[in-house]
This record gives sequence, structure tokens and C-alpha cells, in this order.
Amino acid sequence: MDFLRPASWEEALAAKAEHPTAVPIAGGTDVMVEINFDHRRPEYLMDLGRIGELYEWEVGEDGVRLGASVPYTKIMENLRSELPGLALASHTVASPQIRNRGGVGGNLGTASPAGDAHPALLAAGAEVEAQSVRGSRRIPIDEFYTGVKRNALAPDELIRAVHIKKADGPQQYSKVGTRNAMVIAVCAFGLALHPETRTVRTGIGSAAPTPVRARAAEEFLNAALEEGGFWDNGKIITPSVAKQFADLCSAACNPIDDVRGTASYRRHAVGVMARRTLTWTWESYRGTRHASEGAA
Amino acid sequence: MGTNGAPTKITQGSQTKGGIGESTLRPDGTLKVTGEFAYSSDMWHEDMLWGQILRSTVAHAEIVSIDTSEALATPGVYAVMTYDDLPTDVKNYGLEIQDTPVLAHGKVRHHGEPVAIVAADHPETARRAAAKIKVEYRELPVITDEASATAPDAVLVHEDRTDHHIGHVPHPNVVHRQPIVRGDVTEAAKKADVIVRGEYCFGMQDQAFLGPESGLAVPSEDGGVELYVATQWLHSDLRQIAPVLGLPPEKVRMTLAGVGGAFGGREDLSMQIHACLLALRTGKPVKIVYNRFESFFGHVHRHPAKLYYEHGATRDGKLTHVKCRIVLDGGAYASASPAVVGNASSLGIGPYVVDDVDIEAIALYTNNPPCGAMRGFGAVQACFAYEAQMDKVAKELGMDPVEFRQLNAMEQGTIMPTGQPVDSPAPVAELLRRVKAMPMPPERQWESSEGADVRQLPGGLSNTTHGEGVVRGVGYAVGIKNVGFSEGFDDYSTAKVRMEVIAGEPVATVHTAMAEVGQGGVTVHAQIARTELGVTQVTIHPADTQVGSAGSTSASRQTYVTGGAVKNACELVREKVLETGRRKFGSYHPAWATAELLLEGGKVVTDAGEVLADLVDVLGEEAVEVEEEWRHRPTEPFDLRTGQGNGHVQYSFAAHRAVVEVDTELGLVKVIELACAQDVGKALNPLSVLGQIQGGTTQGLGIAVMEEIVVDPKTAKVKNPSFTDYLIPTILDTPTIPVDVLELADEHAPYGLRGIGEAPTLSSTPAVLAAIRNATGLELNRTPVRPEHLTGT
Amino acid sequence: MRVNFTVNGRPQEADDVWEGESLLYVLRERLGLPGSKNACEQGECGSCTVRLDGVPVCSCLVAAGQVEGREVVTVEGLADYARQRSCGTGACGTSPDEARRWQAKGTDSGTGQSGAFPHATLSPIQQAFIDAGAVQCGFCTPGLLVAADEMLERNPNPTDADIREALSGNLCRCTGYEKIMDAVRLAAARQSEGV
Repeated sequence: MDFLRPASWEEALAAKAEHPTAVPIAGGTDVMVEINFDHRRPEYLMDLGRIGELYEWEVGEDGVRLGASVPYTKIMENLRSELPGLALASHTVASPQIRNRGGVGGNLGTASPAGDAHPALLAAGAEVEAQSVRGSRRIPIDEFYTGVKRNALAPDELIRAVHIKKADGPQQYSKVGTRNAMVIAVCAFGLALHPETRTVRTGIGSAAPTPVRARAAEEFLNAALEEGGFWDNGKIITPSVAKQFADLCSAACNPIDDVRGTASYRRHAVGVMARRTLTWTWESYRGTRHASEGAA
Repeated sequence: MGTNGAPTKITQGSQTKGGIGESTLRPDGTLKVTGEFAYSSDMWHEDMLWGQILRSTVAHAEIVSIDTSEALATPGVYAVMTYDDLPTDVKNYGLEIQDTPVLAHGKVRHHGEPVAIVAADHPETARRAAAKIKVEYRELPVITDEASATAPDAVLVHEDRTDHHIGHVPHPNVVHRQPIVRGDVTEAAKKADVIVRGEYCFGMQDQAFLGPESGLAVPSEDGGVELYVATQWLHSDLRQIAPVLGLPPEKVRMTLAGVGGAFGGREDLSMQIHACLLALRTGKPVKIVYNRFESFFGHVHRHPAKLYYEHGATRDGKLTHVKCRIVLDGGAYASASPAVVGNASSLGIGPYVVDDVDIEAIALYTNNPPCGAMRGFGAVQACFAYEAQMDKVAKELGMDPVEFRQLNAMEQGTIMPTGQPVDSPAPVAELLRRVKAMPMPPERQWESSEGADVRQLPGGLSNTTHGEGVVRGVGYAVGIKNVGFSEGFDDYSTAKVRMEVIAGEPVATVHTAMAEVGQGGVTVHAQIARTELGVTQVTIHPADTQVGSAGSTSASRQTYVTGGAVKNACELVREKVLETGRRKFGSYHPAWATAELLLEGGKVVTDAGEVLADLVDVLGEEAVEVEEEWRHRPTEPFDLRTGQGNGHVQYSFAAHRAVVEVDTELGLVKVIELACAQDVGKALNPLSVLGQIQGGTTQGLGIAVMEEIVVDPKTAKVKNPSFTDYLIPTILDTPTIPVDVLELADEHAPYGLRGIGEAPTLSSTPAVLAAIRNATGLELNRTPVRPEHLTGT
Repeated sequence: MRVNFTVNGRPQEADDVWEGESLLYVLRERLGLPGSKNACEQGECGSCTVRLDGVPVCSCLVAAGQVEGREVVTVEGLADYARQRSCGTGACGTSPDEARRWQAKGTDSGTGQSGAFPHATLSPIQQAFIDAGAVQCGFCTPGLLVAADEMLERNPNPTDADIREALSGNLCRCTGYEKIMDAVRLAAARQSEGV
């Protein structure tokens, strides 16, 4: 095993081009477990810890460019208003120690269906900025996950950052685990309301071979909200609409039975989380609407 | 340079006055908070090698061939050993039955069985070499449950059994069977107005001590070996290790290294023999440290169990009879299974008065992971089932579950199903009364000015509910556990106590082989010495095999038995000191001959408080030393057909009230409070008593809602050998645990004390289950409860 | 490979480090600092918690090569770290004894052996763990101390829920956490009283 220590992003890209099998390591919270337990012996381990820009974020007019290695703790502390869904997801990641080290780039690189950030990224509508010596490209999050622990990165590419639109409405995130802290998701659900486009987006974790969106559920809800004039009248969403949305979210799952939970439980739990997060976000939307009306 | 991390004597400062009954602080506390306390995995020696074990990847198979040549040729590798390299004819070990191969021979019987061992100059070199050993297996059908184990054509897990249980078991795949029959259940059942039956399932629990199995073996110049290791019983290890090495016991010098928790999981050997074999083979010190993955294969677990119960009761709430059958899965090797069977059966109906009982407990041999000792030892599984039954009967009768228990509660004088009278306080009804009387935790604690605080809710930080679907439930349970080794076992301990003057001050040194595993025995020994010898300065000598056996740190027995041995040795030292005093100063004061004399505050005093002499003057240059064995009252084996016999020394009782909040839609549980009341006889160290009760309670919580080793029933392979998927409670899963301690002396025990470590682990689990049933209305016949069970998915 | 970094204020150099080694292994097996514990090596127990450039992390999940040039504080250095912190805020003076000890430590090239320096005082959190009975087997204790000390640094008056959240990455199997809660409350109370 060789340990590569690029001092700059350019050096890292060059090293990755020269050694496409090199395994990047930043927070180490996935890679080191595999090394400690003898599950993986990469030829090259490439430390990204010296590349300062990966630990930085920029808040722009419309969105946030989040460096791949910005630790979850920083996201929780600094980006709660811009990225509420991802901040909530970050808070569910493992333990304080892991949140201090791990970042979204690692979740994306590993592309485990259980990665906590994925549902929030799917719901918010993110783009992954991948770079190589050949250049830079932005991969829409919907096209990023290509299979179980597989992603759309080319062998010579590294994740530089994630671009996420600033929240234009309430976002929620919920995760089921069989412990009250430090637990891998049995399944997880992210929901974002986008009042500007009058759309909703979802993300489901650990309930299919890859993180997925519940597209049929989104389409149903978009139509139902439009039809009932909900975005304008701010009425309470009817239980039947919430139920059908939840059912469609459950139907979007393609889960397995494993040691963490059964397939049927996962489907069920995703439905419950879909209903609850819809209630929470919609109530919040109504609240801010009322507040702004009251101010006007 | 010598061995790093070898234990040193711990001397507690002379400012400490604490005798028994005080919450004196741990003598090893400072070392433990500064990181200097040397655990077994911290041992280090110049030029040491690292040992690595190659384990079977299948559960049941013939070994067709093993090729170690490539591993041996790896640079940095010093030795590779298989069964063929074992030095003597003794190739097996075991606590009671020597059925466990040091290295697999011809066959592997469970997933993760040791097949070969490697020593190399770096752990990674050793791992790579082990991976190069080629083992060819021919897989055999796996035995995984009672049906497959006892089928007429079942493959025998152990052919040619010669142990002393084979004569009375119904099938060679049954390790041991213990029936307990008293009265006539058929007749008694006719008096029952209600009869309640239930089938229960108890999952496989892991001790999950945090300090992994580890140690250092150093070859010595005389051909022997020094072994620094974390264990629960040095002399039991020694008895099993020395014959395999072909060494006389005195050439295997064992010293207890720091132990990072045990809970039963260190009663059997793990890496001890392997490290010694490699050290003797290479002539170099060898260190072995399991990682967490290997630890799940490196020690026995708590027996999973199937339990079948029938309870009868009259309309006015008196139990008429209990029938039960407890099937424990012992896995591939016997370990402590026979004794676990004895406990499960003899304590199988709980702390209740029932004249007519028909109990049967068996342990199976299967190809599942071997199971043996864990805190609560057979009584835990039974308590989960009989307490569920008690709730069911109460419900059937329309009675309050606590009142129903109190109505049937045993007390001093009650006759156990084994025919043994309970001859010390058994305040079962009182413990229930106390735990019920504690104030209830406030409702809806999650509500805060900023909305719901998810940390207070089921799901915790995962943000699954803001109160939706959350229902509160309350449940009660009580249990009975034996203290000490039972069934006629010669259960003794040894203490060596020395008193001398050092730097102008009388100092006592206590030397035992007791394994301090965190329970605080070292604290208590110093307290006993202070109380008995009137000194303030006590030195605790490291535990080793240079002193007689202390027996195991298990069965809630060490404070009773080794504490008793220390007390006894101190009393003998005191007599000798007084003799010396009489010889030197007897002529100066008549009280030397006539009065009851005590040692207090460094002086010889009369019982009237008159000071006769300073210990410093009495002892002078002389050191007084005593090494003596001490035994509790003898016990008897249980009759193999009827289970009758005075099998136990002492019982221990605890009761719990659990308050839970359940997210009924998602099936997630938050335990809000687990109140406990326990009779401890006499609290030698009240702070340590609370620590034992709260710790035991939390392990019971774990088995109620999350802890289970999952074994694939098709392959008998372990599916979750990691802390990612074997979950133990975090601080966010653990509630407040208020404790009400009762001290009713047992006149047979030293200071009236009662062993305390295990009882709280018994009743905690069924109390939580009862509370979840109360919240959900579900039957819930298995533990741990998973979200699937609560949501019907 | 070779790794140079600072541990508890002292420069350290580890040689012949295998590239897959963790910071935890280097501390324990190469630098004679076994206080950080090896309970799970998968970031699921917190026993190996150290501060890396001030931030609590699981040292088992930090590759040795990643700490080049960085600063690590382990449980062995916690008392000094806490003393420096309180002195840094002007909360205490330095006795001549302490000054000598500190100087000696600063100039010593380091044998890497723990226990080389007597620690006259424990940090408040260490003392509180002893006093409250929060230590049983003690294997989780070093990680808990580092995590709890850092929390009290950030949040001197934590609620019970804050304490539980901050320590939710540290497993303890012996105590049932009640005495650990007591210890952290005690340390916080003593801290606010300036004891």
C-alpha cells in the first residue's frame, strides 16, 4: 500500500489520473473501517486532508457550493437556514466524533444506499461537481447513483464539491434506526417543498439498491396541491392526500430483508415518515405564509 | 527493557479512612482516568510478535486439507501452527467438559472456530499470512435448533461423547438435561380457575465488554511462560492451559492484566493457549489482540432459548401450578451449558410460592456459536418468560399485576421447587411495593419552548416523531438469582493478608487471585482490611497465580467469597498480631488477657475503647502474614430425575418498574425510566452497589429492545459480528435509573451481604417488555423486540 | 513511511509506519501512549476519542499519514491541556512546581512512555469521574473524558439532554451511564463555581 499526500487539488487530480485505483480518504469514516477489518487493501490511499478548499463552502445568490470534505458538524452549525434538510440529515449521522470528520463527499463516493446525506440531496436537488485532469462536470444527483455502492464518477475523477440550491421552502429529514443515536439507517426519508416552483421533491435511503426519489408520489402531490390551490390558500393537506402520498412513497421502495430490518417494515416506515415529514413541512409552510401575510 | 504494562501494586493513600459501608473511591481510579491503567491489550514487550488466528468461514464441515506453506514463506512470519503442531496429547480444553479443540482437527463445528495460528512481526504481516493459509472444507449439514438436533438421523455434533452427562440425556446432541418435579401438577391443575400458556423466544446476547480479548505471552528461561491476560478466573485458565502446553502449572505464571469488562464472556479461554503456543514455538513474546469482529467469535454468548410455560391460578389469585420447558441452545461446545441448565431449571418459576411444579431444562449441542456464561446465567431467560406469564395470568384474572405477584411472592421460609428452604430474607413483595411507590416520571418531557426536543422521543436524533403516535406504557417485573457456584461445586477463595510497619505506619497488603473486571472488588478488599485490621493504608497486590485460587469473578460471588476470604484472613492476622501484643506487652495491662480486643485507628483497643498499644510497637520489625482458603456453606447436586437438592447458597432479588414511550406507528421505543429496588443484604460500598445495579439494568434494557446476535438458520453463520449491527444502548437510549436499596442481612454471609451483580439484569428485560405490551396491547413473546414486531410488518 | 506530529504538546516521530495503520495504532503501539482504547476500531464506540487539532475524533478512523504536522491531545495529556486552558483564560496562576514540570516536559525529547511525568493534578473532568463513581472497568473512560472535556469547553452549563447528545458516540457497558451523567454534572458545577 502506498500513501499519497497531495498538497493541492491539482496534485490530487494528477495523482488520481496516474493511479485511478487510488482510494481517496478524507474523514476516513468509511475507508478506515474497511482497512481495520481487512475488507479492503487498496494499492494507493490518497489523503485529501491537506486540501483546504475541500473544507470550505460558499453561499451564493441561489445556492451553496459545499466542499466535499466539509464535516457534518459544520453543516449543522453553519448551513441550517440554507440547507435545512441536509443539516437535519447531518445531525443523524453516527456520533459527534464521526460528524466532526465525515463529509458529504465521502457519502457520495461510497454511494451506500444507507448514506445519510443522500435523501436530503435528492430532495433538495443537488449537483455533484466532479473533476479530473480532463476537466470539470456537474452531475445531477438523480444520475449520480448507478448501483449498489456504485456512482457515476469516472475512475480518474474526484468529488470537488456539491452544489445545492438554497432552500426556498421547508425541508425535513427523518431516519429510522433501532437505536436512539449512533445508528445506521434502516431506512430514511427526505422531503423538500419548493414553493417557488410549486413542486415537492423526495429522497429515500436504505430502501432500494440505491438512494431513490419517489417520483410518482411527487407527481401525485404536485398535482394534488395545484388542483386544490393549496400553495395559495395554505389549507391543511387532507388526510387522504397525505395517505396517498405516503402509499406512493412506500411503493417507490424496492427494499430487501437484512439484519437491520425487513423489506416490509422498510416500506411501511418510509410511508409513515413520508406522511409525517409532509405534515411538518406543510405546517411550517403554512406558518411562514401566515406570518408573512400578517406582516404585510 | 522489560514488559510494559505489567500490573503494579496499587496503594491507596493513608488519608483514606474508609472501612466497609463507606463509598470509598476505587484504588485504580486515578490510573484509569489518566490512561495509565494497563489493560491486557496495552501490554508491550521489546521484540514482541503479533499473533493472528485463522478461523473457519463455515459452520460445520470436514477439513479436507490445510496448506500453510505460503503463509510460512511470508517474510516477517515466525510461526504458523495447526492441530498437528500441538505439543502434547491434550488437545482440547473446556470449563467442565473438555470438548473444545485448541485448533480444529478434522472438523469445524461452528462459524469462526480457530483453525490455525500465525506469529509475525506486525499485525498486518500476520493477517496477510493467515489469509494465505489454504483450508479446504467439505461442508456438512448444520444443526441449528431442537428439531434438527434431536431428529433420529441427526448428525452428531460430538461423536463418542464420554462426559458424565451422556448417561442421562435423551440424545447425544443434548449437553445436559435437568428436570425438577415437585408435587403433582396434574392434580393441582384441577384446582385452577384459569390456565395460561405461552411460548417465548429469547435472542442470543453478547457480553460486548469493551476491552477486546487480548494478552501477552512471554517465554521464560526455564522453558515456561509468563502470561498477562484479561480473564475472570486465573486458576481455571491455568488448569486448562498447562496440560495443552505440556508444562507443569508452576511453569505457567499467570498475571491478571487490566480487564475491560467481562460479564461472563471471559470465563472460557480465548487467546490464552494460542499466545503461549506461539511464544514457546518462537521463543519470543507474543501479543494477541482481537478486533471487534473477531471478539464476536472469540467468546461464548448468552444462550438463546425457547421457553414453554403453563401457569394455573385460582380466581382469588393464588398460583396452583407451573409447568415449563426451557430449551437452551448451547452451540457447538459445552462451555458452561450444564450449569446454565441447572440455574434455568431451579430458578425457572421465579420468586413465587408454587407447590406443584414440573420443570425441564435442556441445553443443545448445535452448530450455532457456542454459548455459556453471561450475567444472569440461565435465570435471565427464565425470568423473561415467567414474568410475561405472571402478567398474562393477572390480566386473565382481572388483577393488578403487582398485587398478583405480591400475593404469590416467596418469603423467608418458602420451599423452592428443588425442596430447598429459603433461609434468609426474601423481600419480594416489599421490593415490588417500593418500586411501585417511586414517583412517576413526568409525561411529555419532550415538549419544550422551541417545539419537540427529539432527543427525548423515540427515535432520538433521527427525528422520526415530534410526538405523533407516541404512547406511554408501564411494566413491572421481579426476579430471583442464585449467588455463588451451586450444585455441590467446591466454591472457595483464597486470600493472603500481610501486616507490617512501613515508613512508621502499619500497612496491610491483600493478595488474592480475584479478577478485578471493573466490579470494584479491589475497593471492597481494602475496605474489609481497614475494618478488620484498623489500618488506613492498604496495598492491593496484583492478582496472579502465586496465590491460591479465588474462583471466578462471576455468579455475583466475589464480594461474598473472596470478600469472605479476605475477612477471614484478616481475622487470622488480627489474632496473630494480638498474640504478639500479648507476648510483648501482656504484662503491662490486665486487659490484654481479659478484654475483647480490636484493632482500630492503628492501635490495639479494648471493646470499651481503651488503647493498649500502637500497632507500630506491637509489630516492630515483624511482619504477620496469613494465606488461607475460605468456603461458603456446602451445596448439593440436584437429583437428576427429580431436581431435588439444596443446590444453592444464597439468593438475590431485584424488582424493576419500566416506563416507556413507544412510537406505535414506527415501532420505536424510548425507555423513559427504569426504577429498581434491590435487597443487597449489606452495602459494603454503596456507590459501587449503585453502579452494579444501574449497569446490570442497562444490559437488561439492551436485550429488551436491541441486542441480538443474528445467526442465519440455513448456514449457522453469524450475520452481525460488529458494533455497527450488534447494537448496545448508548447514553441516549439509557434512561434515568433511580434505585432503592434495601439491606436485610443474610446471617450466613460475611457482614450479611448479598451478591448483587446479576439480579438487576434479570428483571429489567421483562419490565421493559411489560411496559411495551402495556403501551401497545401486543403480546410480544420474543426479545429483543424489533420495530417489525411492533408494527406487524 | 514516517509520520511527524505533535502529541500532548510534544513533537513525535513514528518510523516504518505501515500505510494502513491508524492514528490509534501509532499512539498505542509506537508511541507508548495506550490510554486511547481499541474497543471497536470502526468508529462505533468512542473509546479511542482524541482531539485532532482540537476536534474530538475517533483515532481508529484517522489514517496515520493524515496526522502529519497536526496536533493530537490524548487522555494522557488531558490534565495538562485543561490546566493550560484555564491558565490561558487567567483563571489560575502557575506554581513554581508546575512551571518546572511544564518546562521539563517542553524540552524533553520524549521516550514515548506514559507515566514519565507525575501528574500532580487531574483535570476537573477526571477528578469528577473518580468522585462520582463513573469508572468501573474503565475501558470507555479515556474516550469519554476527552469527549466530555471538549463539551464542557464549548458548553459550560449543559442540560442533561446536551450531555447525552455530546456523549452519544461513547459506549459504556458497565455503568448504565448514570454515574457518568453525575460526573459531567459535577464537573460542570465545579467549573462554574471555579473550584
